[in-house]
Amino acid sequence: MIRVVLPSHLRKHAAINGEVTLEIDGRVTQRALLDALEQNYPVLRGTIRDQQTQRRRPFLRFFACQRDLSHEAPDAPLPDDVVRGLQPFLIVGAIAGG
Amino acid sequence: MTSVRVLVGTRKGAFILTSDGSRKSWDVSGPHFAGWEIYHLKGSPADPDRIYASQSSGWFGQQIQRSNDGGKSWEAVDNTFAYDGVPGTHQWYDGTPHPWEFKRVWHIEPSLSDPDMVYAGVEDAALFQSKDGGKSWAELSGLRGHGSGPRWQPGAGGMCLHTILLDPKDPKRIFIAISAAGAFRTDDGGETWRPINQGLRSEYIPDPNAEVGHCVHRLAMHRSRPEVLFMQKHWDVMRSNDAGNSWHEVSGNLPTDFGFVIDVHAHEPDTIYVVPIKSDSEHFPLDGQLRVWRSRTGGNDWEPLSNGLPQSNCYVNVLRDAMAVDTLDSCGIYFGTTGGQVYGSADAGDTWDAIVRDLPPVLSVEVQTLA
Repeated sequence: MIRVVLPSHLRKHAAINGEVTLEIDGRVTQRALLDALEQNYPVLRGTIRDQQTQRRRPFLRFFACQRDLSHEAPDAPLPDDVVRGLQPFLIVGAIAGG
Repeated sequence: MTSVRVLVGTRKGAFILTSDGSRKSWDVSGPHFAGWEIYHLKGSPADPDRIYASQSSGWFGQQIQRSNDGGKSWEAVDNTFAYDGVPGTHQWYDGTPHPWEFKRVWHIEPSLSDPDMVYAGVEDAALFQSKDGGKSWAELSGLRGHGSGPRWQPGAGGMCLHTILLDPKDPKRIFIAISAAGAFRTDDGGETWRPINQGLRSEYIPDPNAEVGHCVHRLAMHRSRPEVLFMQKHWDVMRSNDAGNSWHEVSGNLPTDFGFVIDVHAHEPDTIYVVPIKSDSEHFPLDGQLRVWRSRTGGNDWEPLSNGLPQSNCYVNVLRDAMAVDTLDSCGIYFGTTGGQVYGSADAGDTWDAIVRDLPPVLSVEVQTLA
């Protein structure tokens, strides 16, 4: 079970309370996680990654296990503690004011 | 009982202001979509309970929301705005080619007759259409395919398609405007387009009389006379009597002809309204006095309207989509400011009151007149 924490705007947008939990078959990567998240919550399509390029939106960051995973390759494996559900995968809005 | 519903888009959410026909006492609901930029929301003329909203965010991108109950509840619909084919390049601020990239929806224009048909004007400039109530969007790419796209350039707010006027007498005729490309018209429902900028003169482009490149801020028409168009350009207030084939200036005695909004009285096709702004670098009213100017002659002769508006220390702006008129017998005029005020006049501009004063910066104002 993968745990995902979304920024409050996206939780509200998708009517999510608290953490999201995902079941992912096979290799757990950033791409697999976001695919599963968007499949479970279609309203999140385009909010985290661009729908055409599939690139992470520039004002979002991915953190887990006290590490910044924002610039990891989308198909790189996520940390074991995320895969085992011990640590959440954090999707965080960058500090950009406004 | 007649009532009005004013739809206000702001930098941090949408607000809905409602009143009975007297327009003296107002209920305010919101913020809807708190924290998101609401560039525009607009109701369907064919079904006033159907409202579309453009919801966007620098963090989370573009969403389109739809209400079927007059704004009480909302559902997110499709937010995929994919350009048709390889979009190519337009000019960047420095004149170099820059790839076309979708950024946001600036303006939503529901069909006059079909609640499920709706148009969206986007940045980077393009026109999209949905025929299924926003469940899917397709670009009307004949506009970008006109061939002048590589010469379009962004204005200060981005390269946005911000105005969509549907001709009530000819369903195949649509007018649009882009900053900074100019005005365009289709006569075949969006398949092919032609620039309609003859008569515009803009000193900030190499050829001031060029076919494209003009920073048109807003177009307006009266539904009874769609061949007559009014334009607030970057500088200059313009008029066309031939559906945009040619334009002539009607700035007349305006104290400054820079501005963003322009609109037409609901019952008097030659009564038009603008809010003069000091200059392109000083986006606020002259002398700190917020004044709407009205012409009852279709331009050239203008009178200031200030009764009820702040006449000292006022340095707000009124953005291009932030003025609207209702269709009650005594025509109501509404506009919103970057200071968060929404002003209304129930007597065609003679007197004004602030409906609300402290919203986030107002991006757009629309009004629905409800039976």
